[in-house]
Amino acid sequence: MSGLEDLYREIILDHYRTPRNRGELDPPAIKAEGHNPLCGDEITVYLSISGEGDDAVIEDIKVGGQGCSISQSSASMMSQSMKGKTIAENRALARRFKALMGIDGIEPQDGDDAIDLGDLEALEGVMKFPVRIKCAVLSWNTFLQALDTGGGTTSTE
Amino acid sequence: MAFDQTAVRNDFPILSRQVDGKPLVYLDSGNTSQKPQRVIDAMSHFQEHTYAPINRSSYRLAGEATDAYEKGRVAIARLINAPSVDEVVFTKNATESMNLIAQAWGRANLGEGDVVVLTEMEHHANIVPWQMLVQERKIQIRWVPLTADGQLDLTNLDNLLDGAKVFSFTAMSNVLGTITPIAMLCERAKAAGALSIVDACQFVPHNVTDVQSWGADLVAFSSHKMCGPSGIGMLWGRMEILEAMPPFLGGGNMIDTVTFDGFTTAPVPMKFEAGTPPIIEAVGLAAAVEYLEEIGMANIRQHEMELSRYTLDTLKGRFGDDITIYGPDDVELRGGVFSFTFRDIHPHDVSQVLDERNVCVRAGHHCAKPLMQSLGVNATTRASIYLYNDTADIDALADGLNDATDIFGL
Repeated sequence: MSGLEDLYREIILDHYRTPRNRGELDPPAIKAEGHNPLCGDEITVYLSISGEGDDAVIEDIKVGGQGCSISQSSASMMSQSMKGKTIAENRALARRFKALMGIDGIEPQDGDDAIDLGDLEALEGVMKFPVRIKCAVLSWNTFLQALDTGGGTTSTE
Repeated sequence: MAFDQTAVRNDFPILSRQVDGKPLVYLDSGNTSQKPQRVIDAMSHFQEHTYAPINRSSYRLAGEATDAYEKGRVAIARLINAPSVDEVVFTKNATESMNLIAQAWGRANLGEGDVVVLTEMEHHANIVPWQMLVQERKIQIRWVPLTADGQLDLTNLDNLLDGAKVFSFTAMSNVLGTITPIAMLCERAKAAGALSIVDACQFVPHNVTDVQSWGADLVAFSSHKMCGPSGIGMLWGRMEILEAMPPFLGGGNMIDTVTFDGFTTAPVPMKFEAGTPPIIEAVGLAAAVEYLEEIGMANIRQHEMELSRYTLDTLKGRFGDDITIYGPDDVELRGGVFSFTFRDIHPHDVSQVLDERNVCVRAGHHCAKPLMQSLGVNATTRASIYLYNDTADIDALADGLNDATDIFGL
């Protein structure tokens, strides 16, 4: 089961069993919902932001919803990586992560390559299982939806 | 054994395919079935020798092609004991058949406040076309609830049907496997003055079907779940109902005449077959029906009841409370569709681990999200069997579930 060992690395299972930053934030925190209509995975991302524009800081982030180990662990690791960073830093992180997942149409910017993905590197194994890439990027698209529209619903197909 | 299992498996070339040096264990026939060599050959042969337009051209080849297409209709009429071959309409798939009913019959007969009764175990194909009429026409939908073991709770059926124009229900749930009391439900619909519509997608491929003994008004099902090709579906209806319905899609083939002022329709079934139909698929479908008839639908049902018993006993025996299998335990009351939750492992992860053993199952909501809501789950894993499956396939499924336990360490 060598392929599965690449997919289900210990760090991923750890985040799945013990998700970080699980919960909700009250308004005025931004709330965005994402779902994958094919499989029923659902993610809700809550963002508490202070400041304006790209320099604004994500003071707090919470994640709700349900889904498979890949979507849930990705959301957990995302929340861990984003807390306390600026919007610009987190957008760069999202670009870097989506590029790692082989998502088309990502336009890398200077410095993206230098971004340390930390635990998120463990999701690299998902690339061998193309059907699961959607699971891995669901929370990230939901996060971007929250930033771009101030909330709402996004769908990953 | 109801038939020669080894011979049947050998009829399906894909089942001898090896992935990573291991055989395929195909347990997703409720989704779509595999094809016997005979169906593949019939479609190839037709394209190599006989392919031409149907119902249009006067040369001999076109006549042969038309005959071959119509043989598909004859085969289906025979399979479901339709009183008339002309009552069989070919569509793109069963979903289109349901949309045809909702759009053609519904638009002619349903208006604001009219009631359509559905059940909580319907596939989206028997929900959304009616919900579209809720939006367009302000019709109302009432839902027949379920019992704890996943059968229809008919306690309140007469009240639900009171004043209803339509009762549209599944003959066999694609999630629970539950086989509904079809003839009785049609009778109750009739008594209430409602049109009875049967979604027989999961039923026809696995059982002896007799639309006359059901007393149904309209029945939808598909080719690809019964060893035939994808791309062709069926609608059977009583002739007087089909004749009274306006057409669904307009275009070539479905007209009697067209002038600058308007058109008149061709007789049923051509009235509902606008444009070039799935010709090659109808030929493959005829071969699939002949194949199933040779094995015998009663034998297929018998085999699947035996394998269903084995499946339920194996999974419950090996995993006890760690597995929850939805739907009735009595194999007389269910078909070979087994939706389950396993420990707290998400169905996507279960199916991913099973895939490592080439065990093909479906994970998700199975196009029945309202039912998932009734069951209180977001997703299940579903294994579904057909005539080519055997106990070794079920053993592989169970072994794969053990792998999932090991990986997730629960």
